[in-house]
Amino acid sequence: MSGPPTLALANVSKSFGAVRALRDVSLELFPGEAHALAGENGAGKSTLVKTLAGVHRPDSGQVLLGGEPVTFAGPADAQQAGVAVIYQEPTLFPDLSVAENIFMGRQPRTSLGRIDRKAMHAQARRLFERLGVTLDPEQPARGLSIADQQLVEIAKAISRDARVLVMDEPTAALSGNEVARLFSVVEALREQGCAILFISHRLDEIFSLCQRVTTLRDGAWIASEPVEGLTHDDLIRRMVGRDLDALYPKQDTTAGEVALQVERLTREGYFTDVSFQVRRGEIVALAGLVGAGRSEVARAVFGIDRWDAGSVTVAGRPLPAGSPTAAMGAGLALVPEDRRQQGLVMELSIERNIGLTGLRSLRRGVTISRAAERDRARDWALRLQLKFGRLSDGVGVLSGGNQQKVVLAKWLATEPSVLIVDEPTRGIDVGTKAEVHRLLSELAGQGIAVLMISSDLPEVLGMADRVLVMHEGRLTAEISRAEATEESVMSAATGRAA
Amino acid sequence: MAKVLRWDVMVGVLLVAVFAGGSFTSPGFATIGNLSFALGDLGEIALIALTMTMLVVAAEVDLSVASVLGLSSALVGALWDGGMAIETIIPLVVLVGALCGLVNGLLVTKLGLPSLAVTIGTLALYRGLAYVVLGDKAVAQFPREFTALAVDDVPGTFIPYPVALFVLLAVVVAIVLHATGFGRSLFAIGAQEQAAFFAGIRVKRIKLLLFVLSGTVAAFAGVVFTLRYGSARADNGMGIELAVIAAVLLGGVDFDGGKGTLGGVIAGVLLIGLLRNLLMLNDVSTEIQSIVTGLLLIISVLTPRLITALKPALSRRRTSTDQVGPESALKGSP
Ligand SMILES: Nc1ncnc2c1ncn2[C@@H]1O[C@H](COP(=O)(O)OP(=O)(O)OP(=O)(O)O)[C@@H](O)[C@H]1O
Ligand SMILES: [Mg+2]
Repeated sequence: MSGPPTLALANVSKSFGAVRALRDVSLELFPGEAHALAGENGAGKSTLVKTLAGVHRPDSGQVLLGGEPVTFAGPADAQQAGVAVIYQEPTLFPDLSVAENIFMGRQPRTSLGRIDRKAMHAQARRLFERLGVTLDPEQPARGLSIADQQLVEIAKAISRDARVLVMDEPTAALSGNEVARLFSVVEALREQGCAILFISHRLDEIFSLCQRVTTLRDGAWIASEPVEGLTHDDLIRRMVGRDLDALYPKQDTTAGEVALQVERLTREGYFTDVSFQVRRGEIVALAGLVGAGRSEVARAVFGIDRWDAGSVTVAGRPLPAGSPTAAMGAGLALVPEDRRQQGLVMELSIERNIGLTGLRSLRRGVTISRAAERDRARDWALRLQLKFGRLSDGVGVLSGGNQQKVVLAKWLATEPSVLIVDEPTRGIDVGTKAEVHRLLSELAGQGIAVLMISSDLPEVLGMADRVLVMHEGRLTAEISRAEATEESVMSAATGRAA
Repeated sequence: MAKVLRWDVMVGVLLVAVFAGGSFTSPGFATIGNLSFALGDLGEIALIALTMTMLVVAAEVDLSVASVLGLSSALVGALWDGGMAIETIIPLVVLVGALCGLVNGLLVTKLGLPSLAVTIGTLALYRGLAYVVLGDKAVAQFPREFTALAVDDVPGTFIPYPVALFVLLAVVVAIVLHATGFGRSLFAIGAQEQAAFFAGIRVKRIKLLLFVLSGTVAAFAGVVFTLRYGSARADNGMGIELAVIAAVLLGGVDFDGGKGTLGGVIAGVLLIGLLRNLLMLNDVSTEIQSIVTGLLLIISVLTPRLITALKPALSRRRTSTDQVGPESALKGSP
C-alpha cells in the first residue's frame, strides 16, 4: 500500500438534527484493495457512503481525493472524479428502460449525434453477460424485482470505469450464484487498481471478498484492520460491543395441521404447477436463484397478483384470487421484498405505517384511536429493538435495516396465522438478524405457519424445517431439514438435480 | 421555524390580511350583508372543494365537476319545464350526478386511465350533454319556497342555508379525512399506492367511491346554484372547477397526493371567496377575475416548492445543519 489513498475521509462528522450519524470517522481506500465497512443498523455506514458520494457535506473533517482535500458539491462532482456508487436503495427511473438507466447521461451516440440504441443495448447485454444474469436491456425498469434493480445498479456502476467503486449492501437481495458472479467482476476491477468499498451484513461475504475492514458503532470509528486473522466473532464483537450467542436458534416444533395449502398454482409466464403445504408450527423455506419465481408465488398466494389456475386454501378454506384484503381476513400476512415501494409509505410516520395494517382493529366507534395506534407501534418497536427518535418521525429517515424492522412490525402486529416473509432479514445486521430468527422461531412455536423466502443460504439451512427449491418457475425439490446442505439446495436451485 | 413556514398557517395569515385590506379600501366590504352574500356566493365552490380535497389527497382529480353542475342545472330546468315536481327532480338529478361520477371512476379504476385525462374528456362530454338537454334556453320561475332555501339565512343568523350545509359537511369530511381509517387510507394511497394495496387497502373500491361522491356533490351543487340564481342554464358554473382546485391547492393539499389538511382547504376557499368578492365590489371585469384565479393556482403550486427548496438554505444559515437538504438529490427514485 504505497502512495496516497485513492479516496479517504479524515475526521469526518455528520449530524442530522440531534442524531450524530458520524463522529470523527477516518477511512482510507487504497488502489487495488477491497475494503469492507461493517456495523449494525444505523451505525452510519450509508451516511459515510453518501459523504463519499457528495450527497452529504461533512459538518467537519475532510474528503481527500488522491491525498488532496476536495469538496464535492453534489453526486455529479464525485462521479466526475471517478467515484461510482451503488446506493443501498436502488434509484432507477421507472419509466426508462434498463439500458437507458445504465447509460443515463452518457448514452452512446451515432455519428449524427443521436442516441445509438443498438450500441446501447449491445453494451448493456455485454455487461449482463459479465455479471452472468439474463436481463432484457429494453424492458422498462418499472416492475423489476428488487434483486434485478440491484443488478441494474451494479451494471451501471461497473460500466463507469471508476477508480473507486462504493457498494452499499449490493448483495442484500441476491442469492449465492449472483453474488459469486458479482465478486469475480469486482475482483477483476480490483486487480486493475480500482479501490472498492463494500458493505454487507453477511459476514461471509466480507471475509471472502475483502482485505481490510473498518467497523463503525453508533457513528464512531472502532477499528480498521486486515481481515486475515480476524474471526467472525471478533468482527461481531467490534460491531455490537459484546459477544453474541448462537445465530440460528430455530427450535424443533411438532408440526400441527395444514395451515396453508397451495395446489397446482400457475401464473402464466411466472410459475407453473406449484404445489406445497405449510403446517402450523413449521418454517418452510422457499429457496432458489433470483428470478426463479419465488416472490411471484408469494404475491399470488397473498392476492397481489391473480393466478391462472390452481387453488390456495388457508385452514381448510379456499381463498379467492387477487384480493389481499381477503387474504388478510383469512389470517395471512406478507412481508414484501421491496420495502420502499411495497412495504412502507415513506412519507408517513413510523406509527402510521405500523397502524396501516390495523385500521379496523384500531377503530373506537367511527374514528381511529390515536392512543391505540401509538401503543401498537411502541409495543412492536420495542419488541424488534427499533432504533428511532420519535414514533411520529417519518419512516424515511430511518436506516435501511430499521425500515425493514418497521415492515416486520407492521405485519406481525396483525397476529397472522400464516406468515409469508420475502427476504425478512434483507439489510438487517447480525444482532437483529438473530433477533428476527428468534422471533420467527417463537412465532412458529406458537403455532404460526411460516413460509420464508430467502436468498441467504445459511439462513435457509439454519431456520427451515423443510426447504422447497424453485428453478425457472417450477418446484424442483423438497428437502428435509436433515438432508438440506449447501450443495443439495444449490444443485436443485441451478437445475442440476432432479 | 418550521411552524411559521407551514403553508396552511400562511394561508390563514393571508386571509386575515386580505380581510383587513378589503375593509380599508372598499367601504361596502366588511358589512354583514356583504359578507353573508360573499359566503353564499361561495356555496357551490365550497361544497365541491370538500370532495375534491379527498380526491387530491388520494392523488386523483376530477375536472368534470363544473360540467356535472351544469348538466344538473340543465336537467332541473328541463324537468321542471316538463312539469315534474321539484321534490322528484332533486333526487333524480343528484342520482345522475352519481352516475357521472361512476363513469369517471370506472374509467380510472377499471381501465387504469389517468384521472386528469379522463375528467378533461368528461368535462367536455357532460357540458355537451347539458346543452343537449336544455339547449340555449333558460328556465326560470321556480317557486319561491324553493329558491328561498338557496338564498335565505337560517332564521336568526346571517348564515345562508347552503353555508350551513357546508359547515355541517365540512365537519364530517374533516373527521373522515383526519380521524378515520378511511382517511388514513386516502393519505396512504396518495403517497404510495402500491404499499397501500399491499397493506390490504381496497384501493380501487375507495377511488371509485370518491369519484361517485364527487359527482353526487357536484350535482347537488348544481341544484343549489340553479335555485340561488333562480335560473337553469346549460352553461351554469362554467369554469368553476378551476376555482375549486385553486382553493384546494391554496389550502396546501399537494397535487401529487398524500399531503394536506381540511383546515387549510377551508382557509383556501375563504381566501378565494373574499378575493372574488373584493374584485366584484370594485367592478373588476370577469376576465381579470379569471386572471387572478389562474395566478393564484400557479402561486399555490409554486410557493410550497420554493419553500422546500429554500428551507435548507435558511436553516443552514442559522444552525448549519441540513435536515432535508441534499437528501432530495436522491429523490426521483422509483
Ligand atoms: N436524512 C436523515 N435525516 C435524519 N436522520 C438520518 C438521515 N439519514 C440517516 N439518519 C440517521 O443516521 C443514523 C445512521 O444512518 P445510516 O443510514 O448511515 O445507517 P447504516 O449504518 O447505513 O444502517 P443500515 O445497516 O440499517 O443500512 C441513523 O440513526 C439514521 O436514522
Ligand atoms: Mg445503510
